[in-house]
Amino acid sequence: MSAAKSKPKSMDRRRFLQDAARGATGCAVAGIALSQFISDARALPAQAIRPPGALDENDFLAACIRCGLCVRDCPYDTLKLAELGYDGPATGTPFFTARDVPCEMCEDIPCVVACPTGALDKGLTNIDDADMGLAVLIDQERCLNALGLRCDVCYRVCPVIDEAISLERRHNERSGHHAIFMPVVHSDKCTGCGKCEKSCVLPGEAAIKVLPRRLAMAEAADHYKLGWEENNPLVDDLIDLPDRLPGPGTDNLVAPGGYAPDALPDPNMDGGFTPSFNLPGTGATKP
Amino acid sequence: MTDKTKLAVGQEAIETFGWLRAHRFLLLRRASQAFFLVLFLLGPWFGIWWVKGNLSGSLTFNILPLTDPFIALQGLMAGHWPELTALIGAIIVGAVYALIGGRVYCSWVCPINPVTDGAHWVHDKLGLQKGWQPKRTTRFWVMGMVLVASVATGTIAWEFVNPISMLHRGLIFGMGFAWTFVIAVFLFDVFVSRRGWCGHLCPVGAFYGLLGSKSVVRISAVERAACDDCMDCFAVCPEMQVITPALRGKEGDTPLILSPDCTNCGRCIDVCAMDVFKFTTRFDDTHAPAREQRKRTQPATGASKAA
Ligand code: SF4
Ligand code: SF4
Ligand code: SF4
Ligand code: SF4
Repeated sequence: MSAAKSKPKSMDRRRFLQDAARGATGCAVAGIALSQFISDARALPAQAIRPPGALDENDFLAACIRCGLCVRDCPYDTLKLAELGYDGPATGTPFFTARDVPCEMCEDIPCVVACPTGALDKGLTNIDDADMGLAVLIDQERCLNALGLRCDVCYRVCPVIDEAISLERRHNERSGHHAIFMPVVHSDKCTGCGKCEKSCVLPGEAAIKVLPRRLAMAEAADHYKLGWEENNPLVDDLIDLPDRLPGPGTDNLVAPGGYAPDALPDPNMDGGFTPSFNLPGTGATKP
Repeated sequence: MTDKTKLAVGQEAIETFGWLRAHRFLLLRRASQAFFLVLFLLGPWFGIWWVKGNLSGSLTFNILPLTDPFIALQGLMAGHWPELTALIGAIIVGAVYALIGGRVYCSWVCPINPVTDGAHWVHDKLGLQKGWQPKRTTRFWVMGMVLVASVATGTIAWEFVNPISMLHRGLIFGMGFAWTFVIAVFLFDVFVSRRGWCGHLCPVGAFYGLLGSKSVVRISAVERAACDDCMDCFAVCPEMQVITPALRGKEGDTPLILSPDCTNCGRCIDVCAMDVFKFTTRFDDTHAPAREQRKRTQPATGASKAA
């Protein structure tokens, strides 16, 4: 220190600035490398399922300190901490593989109780509300029930039997006079526990698998109105939309009794449209 | 510089006090490191679940929660406000280290410490050059970088690479390829940079250092007048820059080693044949006369043997 003090001030400042610049640059490089590594390492494989109550993956990695207390309190040894280099989620975070050991949906949810950080949300008090993933009958060519046999194992082991999986009767086209009891999963009831995947009798991979909801579910087609769904206020409005092509001989509302090419409803106006083909002989041209 | 400078480190202390006493803090430290590891392994190995979890977070006797405060801090930076259990755990751990010396974690608990100590031993045996020696402030830059990365990625950033948790968690829950991080630290310390990891880079050590910057338990060079310049303490100390102000202080300067870099490892006490050092508190104001100033011996010469 005393040596530094005896140097002229400007030298000191220059050194300081140099050091600071070097430090900042080094850190920026290291920080970018670390962030890059993190974005690679945080990928969550589809078959790795988080414990019940786990926050959304992004929030989970901010919350979970990788202590493994959830793992320790799981009475069925379902949960594991991911190990580096295997096909798991971020190293040290808890997950399970349904085909190995599924979640038994403990009523007291000990894993959530054990979590000190809230990475497993304490708000989950009823295990039936858990949302670890969603079962999907993924191989409909090999599922025995889909082939017309009566296996029913996934249906019968499901802790939310008849609600999460139901067997829907369909006609067996192959035999012509039998039924197919198709296992159908209902997303609002399935907890993603993986009991069905575990018990699927097929050797090797299961025909029914729990997938993360982000993969298993599509977004609802809100632009289609499901007329059969009750109390859908939009259905009434729909009735008034034009349902016929304007043209000669139709009761065209724009040009009643006849066809007027320039009287086509403006495609931009409410209920307007552009015909996708030309009616023969009308002379209308495709826009 | 005296002839004794050329003796092997600790040689004189061993001759004076016997091997055991000249290694007592080293042995205690290894025992403590083993203790903290075995405590966590009792469960998985023998089914005795006194302590569950790992150094990142644990539960002792089903009642005492402990959380690594640096990890908790990163979680906060990443935008997650933890449950009370983890918060209390972090406060307890933080308070204890703030009291007994932040970097006590480094020399008495951290499982990487035996690894880097081993690397230093190999480094010495091979007689290698000290290699890359970054600035003393580097680890604080790294710590800052980790906190910024936590904010930027919204994750507990350091836990993706932290060799401490990789090793500790690996031993308790299953290692996978986590040992590669440990080997990397070892090789780095042997071939790239003497005492490079713990001495210059580790942000966890930096954090605990800051945490304990006003800690109560301190080492004091209280008998500094008796120092005969053998330089063994400089050679054995993992952060030798902390010794100079205390040992070479002038009359009236405190003999306490107050630098937060000091890990309270006690090795200087072990190797000193003149019994200069001892553990005490920062409030200890025993009068410690300075050494009579010798002309040709500057701390720099001592450091060059150690370095
Ligand atoms: S609910 Fe029970 S079986 Fe499922 S992960 Fe939690 S502790 Fe394990
Ligand atoms: S108990 Fe919570 S913080 Fe600990 S590993 Fe499990 S989810 Fe993560
Ligand atoms: S994962 Fe399978 S067994 Fe579990 S609730 Fe869903 S359908 Fe039922
Ligand atoms: S500096 Fe880091 S790795 Fe080294 S002993 Fe301290 S906490 Fe452990």
